[in-house]
This record gives sequence, C-alpha cells and structure tokens, in this order.
Amino acid sequence: MAAAVTIAEESEEVWSAQDTTPGEIERALLELLATRHKQSGAVAPARVLNLVVIVDRRYRGEVENRLLQVGRFHPSRTVLCAVDHRRRKLDAWASMAVELEGELSIARERVEVDVGEHHLSKLDTIVAPLVVPDLATLVWAPHGHAEAVDALREMAQIVLVDTLDDDVELALQRVGSLLESMYVVDLAWLRSTPWRERVAAAFDPPQHRAELRNISAVSVRHRADSVAPAALFVGWLASRLGWRAGGLLRRGDDLVGKAKARRGDVQVTLTPVDVTTKGLGGVTIETHSGTSISLDRSTGGLREVRKAKDGACRELTVLGASRGEGGILGEGVRQALLRDRTYRPALGQALTMVSR
Amino acid sequence: MSPESAQALAQQDNPLTEGLERLPVPPTALVIFGATGDLAKRKLLPALYNLAHEGALPERFALIGISRSASSDDEFRDIARESITSFSRRPPDKDVLEALLGRMRYLGFSFDDADGYPQLAEALEAADEEAGQPLNRCYYLSTAPEFFGLIPQRLEAARLHRHEKVDVRLIVEKPFGTDLESARHLQSTISKAFRESQIYRIDHYLGKETVQNMLAFRFANYMFEPVWNRNFIDHVQITAAEEIGIGTRAGYYERAGALRDLVQNHMLQLLTLLCMEPPVSFEADKVRDEKVKVLQAITPFSEAQVSERTARAQYTNGVVAGEDVPGYAQEDGVPDDSRTETYAALRLEVTNWRWAGVPICLRTGKRLARKLTEIAVQLKPVPHMAFREEGSVGVVPNQLVITLQPDEGVSLKLGAKIPGSKMLIRPVTMEFHYGTSFLSQSPEAYERLIIDAMRGEATLFTRNDEVDAQWSIIDPILAAWGRGEATKGEYEAGSQGPKEADGLLGPGRRWRRL
Repeated sequence: MAAAVTIAEESEEVWSAQDTTPGEIERALLELLATRHKQSGAVAPARVLNLVVIVDRRYRGEVENRLLQVGRFHPSRTVLCAVDHRRRKLDAWASMAVELEGELSIARERVEVDVGEHHLSKLDTIVAPLVVPDLATLVWAPHGHAEAVDALREMAQIVLVDTLDDDVELALQRVGSLLESMYVVDLAWLRSTPWRERVAAAFDPPQHRAELRNISAVSVRHRADSVAPAALFVGWLASRLGWRAGGLLRRGDDLVGKAKARRGDVQVTLTPVDVTTKGLGGVTIETHSGTSISLDRSTGGLREVRKAKDGACRELTVLGASRGEGGILGEGVRQALLRDRTYRPALGQALTMVSR
Repeated sequence: MSPESAQALAQQDNPLTEGLERLPVPPTALVIFGATGDLAKRKLLPALYNLAHEGALPERFALIGISRSASSDDEFRDIARESITSFSRRPPDKDVLEALLGRMRYLGFSFDDADGYPQLAEALEAADEEAGQPLNRCYYLSTAPEFFGLIPQRLEAARLHRHEKVDVRLIVEKPFGTDLESARHLQSTISKAFRESQIYRIDHYLGKETVQNMLAFRFANYMFEPVWNRNFIDHVQITAAEEIGIGTRAGYYERAGALRDLVQNHMLQLLTLLCMEPPVSFEADKVRDEKVKVLQAITPFSEAQVSERTARAQYTNGVVAGEDVPGYAQEDGVPDDSRTETYAALRLEVTNWRWAGVPICLRTGKRLARKLTEIAVQLKPVPHMAFREEGSVGVVPNQLVITLQPDEGVSLKLGAKIPGSKMLIRPVTMEFHYGTSFLSQSPEAYERLIIDAMRGEATLFTRNDEVDAQWSIIDPILAAWGRGEATKGEYEAGSQGPKEADGLLGPGRRWRRL
C-alpha cells in the first residue's frame, strides 16, 4: 500500500492511496481534518448530508461537472465510487476543500474510491466507514448500478433517481420498489415542479378553483425522452383531484388515454415535441365549460394562454429562468432533506398510465 | 356544476398546492414610492428580479415606480436594469430581466402633489386592463420618513386605499416614527386610511434566514428549553457593531443616532425572538402576540435609571483596517458641534417569570473594531469549581453565541480537559455554521418580505402594538439624553467602544471582544 498527503493549493488538501482499505480512508479523513485544525482552529465542518455517488469510471468527469454546478445546495461529504469493471483492489483520493469566508471556514469533504464490479453487491461495507455517522445519506447512481444501490438500502435513507429512461414503466416500477425502504427524490419529478406550481397558481383564485372539478382534458407536451415527467405531471393532477388514471395507448407519436373523474372522463394526451430542455415543453388543461389554460416554454419564462368560455384568449408571460441540469441536481440534493408527500400518489397514478 | 358547489369548492383549500414549497401569489401591482432611491436600487429592484428569476412572481404582475424626478418609462427601466445588474445576488438572465423590465412603468410626481395620484389611479387601471382582472395593490413606501403619513393620506384622497374586489396593502419602511409621540401620530394618520391588517411595517432583519432560524433553534430543540431562563442564564449580550462610518447618510444619521437607527427596531426585535414564549402556532398574530408580551415586560427607565443603565458616545478619529479615518464630527455633512450618538448601549430587564433579574445588554455602534451582529447567552458558572487548578484557564461559564453577521451560525463554548496527566480544563468552542450546509447564498431578506407582503403573510412584519411598545422603551432614554442626562462619551474609531459602556453589565461581567 502506498499513501501520500500533499497540499494541492491553499484551500484544498488531498490524500491519495492505491490498494487501500475503507479503514485507511477513514483515518485519512480524520487526519485531513486535524491538519486543517492545526492551520486554522476555525475550520468547522458542520454537516447535514452525505452524498454517495456511484458512476461508471469512464463517465466520472461528466458527473463531477454536474456536481460542481449544484451551487449552494451542496452535500457536506461526497463519496464518489467510480466503477471500473475489471478492478480488484481499491484506490482512493480524499480531499478537504476550505472556503474562507470571514473568520469561519467552510469545509467540504470529498472521497473518491475506484471500485470493481465485484465490489458492488457489498458496497455498503466499503462506504459505511466513509460517511459521517448520524447524517442523512443520499445515494445517486446516474449510470444505473442497481445492484450497488440495493447494497446501500440498509445504510442510506434517501435515493436520488431520474426516471427519464427509455423504458418508463421499468423506471417507475424500480422507483416503486425503492420506495418500500427509502425516500425517493426523482429529478424527473423536480423538472415538473415549476409546471405544477404554475397550474396550482392558475387555479388558485377562488373564481377559478371551482373549475378543478370540471377538467375535461389534459395535454402534456414533452421532450421525446421525457415521458416520465409528463406521466408524473398527469399522475399528480389525478392524485390531487381524485381521478383514477387508466392505461395510455400509443396513437402515432402520442400516448393517449383517459382518467376517470367524478364528472366524467378526462382525456389525457402526452405528445413529444422538439424542445432542447429535458422535461416538459407545455401543458394544456381544458374544462367541460369550454375554458382552457395553456403553458408553454417561451423567452423569459412560460407563456400562459387562458381561454374564456366565450372563446376570448388572454396571453401572459410567467417570468422565470430555467434552472438547468445543475440547478435541478442541486434541488435534488436539497429535497433529500424534505419530504414531499405528493410524489408517491402521483407515481402510483403514473405507473398505472404507463403499464403495458 | 351548481353555483352552490362551485362556491363550496372555491372556499376549500386548493388541492394542487399541497406539497408545493412556493405557494401561489395573488396577481399584484406593486407600487414603489421612491423607486429611484438608494433602497429601491440596491435592494428592492434586485430582490424583484430574483423573485422573477425563480418564477416566484405572479403571472399577472405590474410594477409602478414613482419618484419626484420627471423620467420616462424607458429611463426608469434603464435605472432598474443597471441596479439589478449591479446588485442582484445572481447574474441576471437577459430574457427574464427584459421581460421584467417590460412590466415596469414610471410616474414622476412629488409625493405631496395630489394631482399625481390620479395618474397612479390611471396606471393601476391600465395594469388591471392589461391583466384582464383587477390586481391586488401593494404600495411600498421606500421614501424619506416624512412621507410615510402623507402618502397614505393622498392615497385615501384619491380613493386608492381600498378596492371592492382586491386586497390593498401598504408596506412601510423603517423608521416608523422618531419617538413614541411621532410613531403614534404616524399610526393615527395611516390608520385613518388603512386598517391594521393592510399595513406591513418592514424590519428587514426579520427577513433574514438566521433571524428566522432563531425561532427554529429555540422551538425545535428541546435541549435548550430547560436552561432558557433566569435559573441558568447569567446575562445576555446583543451586539450590532459596524466598522463602517455613516458614509453619505449624514443627513439621516444626524437626526436619528444609533439608538433610533438600530436599537429601537432591529435589536429589540432580536431581543423579543430570544425571550419570547413558544407561540401556540406560527400564525402571524400568535407569534406577534408573544413578541409584544416581551416588550411590554420591559419596564421603561426612570430618569435615574437612564444614567445608570445606558451609555452613549461618538467616535473620534482613529484607524480602521489600517487606514486613518475621521471622527464623526469631521464627516461630511455633520456639524462640528453634533451631539448625535454613534454608539449606544443599554442594560434592559424583562420582568417576567422567565427572565426577571437577567441583564439583557444591547450595544451598537459605528466605526467599531469590526462588523458583527450576534447574540451571546452566557450561562451561570457551575456551582462548585472542582477542577480549578494552577496552570489552566479553569472552568469558564458556558456561552451560546448566535451570530447573524458576517457569518451565520451558532457556537457553544464548553469546558474540556486538556490532554495530559492533570485534570486541567480549558474552554473549547463547538461551532455550527449555516453556510457549511445549504445556505451559503441565502435569499436576500427583501425577497422573502416582498413576497410575504404580496401573499398577505404578516408574521415577519412588525405590528403596531410592537412598534408602540418599542418606542415606550426607547422614549425615556431619548428624552433623558436630549436633556443631557447621560454622559456623552467618546471612542476612537476602530476600537471596542467607549469605556462608559464597560460598567453596564454589572460586577464581574464584560462585553465580548469584537
């Protein structure tokens, strides 16, 4: 085994070792903190959340870039497990970055471990000593690695997923399974948050609230790869409004179906459209009384078109900027500490819609 | 759907808002009086941009800026663009910024000019027309304080203070009065036009994350409650120190002084949050009821007590951050014979069951050694010093410090054994820093306060009886100081403050070092 501590720059200390063990990495983390304290007694690693990321080693850089973009919602300690199929032994890097702000210093800890595929089924034995005890632990495996996530089920309380998948049904089923033992934060769900907020706001004025019982059709326009956020959006409406969603059938490029509401069926249409951003591109909700509201991506926000009973249309822009994928991931990290009770019922309805 | 069932559903909660963090904000026209002033440029317009960026503004939103200077809409938009670009906490997105600017209109008239208000009425009607429905009105008084009474009168005269279909709110910046009498007069003037439920008095400290965190700290952690009383707490120090001078605010500061500028509002608000009983719920009036009880439990000083329990001083020339700086009397715009205090300290007592006998000491000043806002709660010493030994610092009382500026966090000073064969004790500090977790770039206080006012959520605004109680505490001090009854001391710029303040805490106690 070979190990070394070097000061990479004034604000970051790095430890690395080849053919190492979790115990040695744990000791190195303590050593890094002690070294920091010697330099400045004010280094105070207040901690809230562990993030364990499992990636294909080949695409590690891409994921690291995404993690750099999460902004203010960063985890306290990140443990990145890079999977190299043929690897038999562990190599590791540990670093403590310190941001000097005023007289207190903010410490962020990061551990990278190169693991082999054969480590994945027992990844908990490698990761457990590396996370800060008693903190919430969030697991994210952007390249799949279901076996590794399952190995961490006992240890982690929260899993970050993205149901943006070629096989939506399988993706949503997998989430249903994870929900049995963990709290799930779904990036696809978070992509629909601004849309849910806007639809909620559109029906919030008392004069419009009554129309919620009167909805006759919901059309969701989505990027081709984003059936899941579209289904989750409709699932959310269905669960909040007491509808019973039915299965969707393919008609051309669209997925169409119905949901049963008290006042009759609600026509559901999911249509792929050409938009650059992952997630939804637009939403239209129509009522039996002939009114409708449409929201579509536009310059500087969402374009809202509200049609009255008499056919008169009014167009507005709801101001807002895209959060970007970095912002979505940051929101996912933050959501790990919250509990959204509306996701599970929405998922149940969405799963019914996409089940074959 | 029958009209009855439609009405019933309209009265129910909106089922779509469950689980959403950002609740709908009613369609609103925000009218900023003083729209080209310093506060608007540095805080309000950037805050509005950030709200727009995050999609937090309502889809129907109009901003009408009013100032005395004659400018066009486009000139005002240029001012807004520049201030947002300069002071926003995030780089503006060009499309969102331009779309927001497109919602802005400008009216140039003097606030006392009754002829200007019909123009405002027209602009509001035009905004309603454009939105296709009447918009709530929020009038934000970001003006010099002398207009706080006048503008509501003019709004009433123009029948803009009420609307049969929408809510009309008045947001009033600080200071709310300059003493008890003027505050009551101002309240009386405003309340002729606006009901209390329409009035949102801003104390921007209440919009800060850390100030709100004080409520979480106290009421979400059971471990502190047993010691949070006179049996365990020796005294409390609340500090709001600044290293900067008065800058270009001589005109305002010369009239206000440190006591009015920070103690009457921000520092007494911090005191109430520290000392209040747990509210039944976090509804606006439930919280404010408890805060008022604290203020009412502070007995205003007699004339003799002002001399014993307060200190005031003015800074002289000195050195700050290695640079020579002038004294207050030498600052631009300050008269040579100014008696205005740039430092104020007082020892208050909350005479209720929980706090009786606990000195609660407040100090604030300009040109002190450093910028620092904190609350330090010092617990009583242990009853028996079993560990006192030569060669150690010894056991010092526990101290809990809640820091608001420049870093937001909480630290707890504990006694710990020094490694070695002897039982030697020294204090160590356990620190929690909010920035290390999730709040390294907190939203500006004004973002939260503006959106709360638009939503009619009043918890973080000061109610009239709070203002009244605050001035009731401050008024006797102002009166006595006005009569020259407390010694006016001096302190060197860049120092810890005047020596006159040292004795306020009582025997065996000293101010924490800045």
